[in-house]
Amino acid sequence: MSLISSLHVASTALHAQSLRLNTIASNLANADSTVDTYGNAYRAKNTVFRTVPMENMGADGVEVMSVSESNAPLRRVYEPGHPKADESGFVSYSNVNPVEEMVNMISASRSYQMNLEAMNSARELLQRSLDILGT
Amino acid sequence: MNPVPDYDPLVFGETALRLRTYRQQILGSNLANADTPGFRAKDVNFAAALREQLEGQAYGSRVPLTLTSSGHMPSSTYRPGMPTQLFRTSAQPTMDGNTVDLDIERSHFAENVTKTEAQMRFLAGAFRSRVNAMTPDGR
Repeated sequence: MSLISSLHVASTALHAQSLRLNTIASNLANADSTVDTYGNAYRAKNTVFRTVPMENMGADGVEVMSVSESNAPLRRVYEPGHPKADESGFVSYSNVNPVEEMVNMISASRSYQMNLEAMNSARELLQRSLDILGT
Repeated sequence: MNPVPDYDPLVFGETALRLRTYRQQILGSNLANADTPGFRAKDVNFAAALREQLEGQAYGSRVPLTLTSSGHMPSSTYRPGMPTQLFRTSAQPTMDGNTVDLDIERSHFAENVTKTEAQMRFLAGAFRSRVNAMTPDGR
């Protein structure tokens, strides 16, 4: 039944977009994190999507293929009094770009809303199909 | 091209509804993959698919077999498959090769939802009139 698989497709998209929102939230939360005790800094995470075929022919869902870390250079700030400062007085912060993350967040939340609407439409059509033989 | 035959409303309704929900699923996949790199938006030619399936059901297979013996069976069995998926041509190419244009997809989606709903009402009406015909004294 195609309408059921429309629901499944929308639900894969909701899942993928909410995972994307999660990584964005994690990036924004760590925008000002410095290096940890082992000297590793937080690196911005990006989700990579890919198409996944569903059980029904013609229906293509979406899934998160991988979460990759950005290899942009860390943000280095001159703060000699900071406890994490190195010998030359620089502190390494995470390489998260908050502006980029905000734009990404708007895109993810719009996509989420859109797929939620697609899901609602499929649900209403299914409901309507139950009335074909009724009344 | 064959003349358009008189359709049984139930056959027409069933075929149209099956194609409508199939298209709904494809348009939903386009929306779901709006952010997938390299995904190409798809659609079906609804009018052509509907005509082909109705003709197939009315006239049998498109490939008629020549019957030279009384033991030969005519190739009247038509198994409706699903219509060919076509790729949408995009007006604005993107860097990641994705050809989903959300404005186009959303309008097609809304159109298809409305028409599916209309088709369901027509089918419900066809069933209701049959039930009425079977009910004595119009009860």
